[in-house]
Amino acid sequence: MSALVNIPETAAPGEIVDIKVLLQHPMETGFRTGPDGKLVPRNIIHSLRCLYLSEEVFAAELFPAVTANPFFAFTLVAETTGEVEILWADDAGEEQRQSQTLTVG
Amino acid sequence: MRLAALLALALALPAVAEERVTGFEQMSEDLQAMQNDPVANPGLFWIADGETLWSEDPGTGADSCKGCHGDASDSMAGVAASYPAWDEESGRPVDLAGRINLCRTRHQDAEPFERVSDELLSLAAYLTHQSKGMPITPDDDPRTDPWRERGEDLFARRIGQLNLSCAQCHDRLAGGHLGSALIPQAHPTGYPQYRLEWETMGSLARRFDNCIFGVRAEPYEAGSEDYVSLELYLKSRAAGLTIESPAIRP
Ligand code: HEC
Ligand code: HEC
Repeated sequence: MSALVNIPETAAPGEIVDIKVLLQHPMETGFRTGPDGKLVPRNIIHSLRCLYLSEEVFAAELFPAVTANPFFAFTLVAETTGEVEILWADDAGEEQRQSQTLTVG
Repeated sequence: MRLAALLALALALPAVAEERVTGFEQMSEDLQAMQNDPVANPGLFWIADGETLWSEDPGTGADSCKGCHGDASDSMAGVAASYPAWDEESGRPVDLAGRINLCRTRHQDAEPFERVSDELLSLAAYLTHQSKGMPITPDDDPRTDPWRERGEDLFARRIGQLNLSCAQCHDRLAGGHLGSALIPQAHPTGYPQYRLEWETMGSLARRFDNCIFGVRAEPYEAGSEDYVSLELYLKSRAAGLTIESPAIRP
């Protein structure tokens, strides 16, 4: 499960910063049958969160209608220098995290 | 006024088909932006996986792809743009995926990859990426010519319960609509490619399968003489158009 996460490295105080996240995931709905005729167990990314300065600034709850390899784009307002963390988890119990320091000044 | 415009458009159709337009150029601006965005294009995952596979030990004691071919950005630049190409040993043209599998069996003592596997799609996408922005330059080995002609015949042959040929849609009706889908001219400029409808990377063979199913005919096999012939013909028809990678289509 790889990810392409784009968090700018620098921003001016008060600047609106674009965050983009593309996740590699099958987003298996649980409604599809496999070659053996049995239902393929559901395995989707069910949640994605973004923390900035340890505070939640964005959260998404996902459902089976979301495409494979989902793309997220959202914004946050740069305040002071600190970590931007992206965390996500799927039904198979995999939890992942990527972070980067946003330097504000 | 409107009728006159429509009539002019109808009359202009054959001429429109002569001017080559790629599927990329016909896509909405949003989709073009998605393809060009280095963070939003999901095809990039397959290219990254292909890069990993390129230097991966095949586990048979033989070299990795990189062990023999070195840096793909040097040795494989422009290669994908000239496939399918003649293979001396098998005495026939092979497509890029077939060529990769020949190296697996001939030079790595390994099993060929399944045609519809992430491994083969990733390696093919990675190699195609080394031709990004380069013009399609069909193999000029004269032995490929009869195959290309066979491809042209297949393209013009009516098939299936709907009794339609590829050419009827992709030469004559290109630019028109089939339901909500815009009919492209079918230039294979970016395969394997990420189709939003598939939600994954897929080969040109899979695209052919889709169109052949669509007219209710029996698809051929990936890598078969028929599909390689069709691809040879389409690549000549698209000669000079630039390779896109990773390409996205709706
Ligand atoms: C032991 C050396 C060796 C290894 C390992 C090897 N190849 Fe090759 N490859 C060759 C040789 C030699 C040729 C020339 C054609 C032939 O003799 O089969 C070739 C040809 C090719 C070509 C066609 C180049 C052209 O200009 O048409 C491609 C593409 C290719 N290899 C890809 C791969 C990939 C992908 C892998 C790994 C899965 C790989 N090769 C592993 C030796 C190797
Ligand atoms: C009934 C019309 C129709 C016929 C017949 C048809 N196609 Fe298509 N084809 C389409 C449409 C529509 C698309 C666009 C994809 C979509 O949105 O479904 C397409 C897409 C394609 C593409 C992809 C082009 C790109 O930009 O990636 C190729 C290649 C192709 N067709 C080849 C063929 C071949 C080869 C045949 C004959 C075996 C064929 N088609 C027969 C309607 C047709």
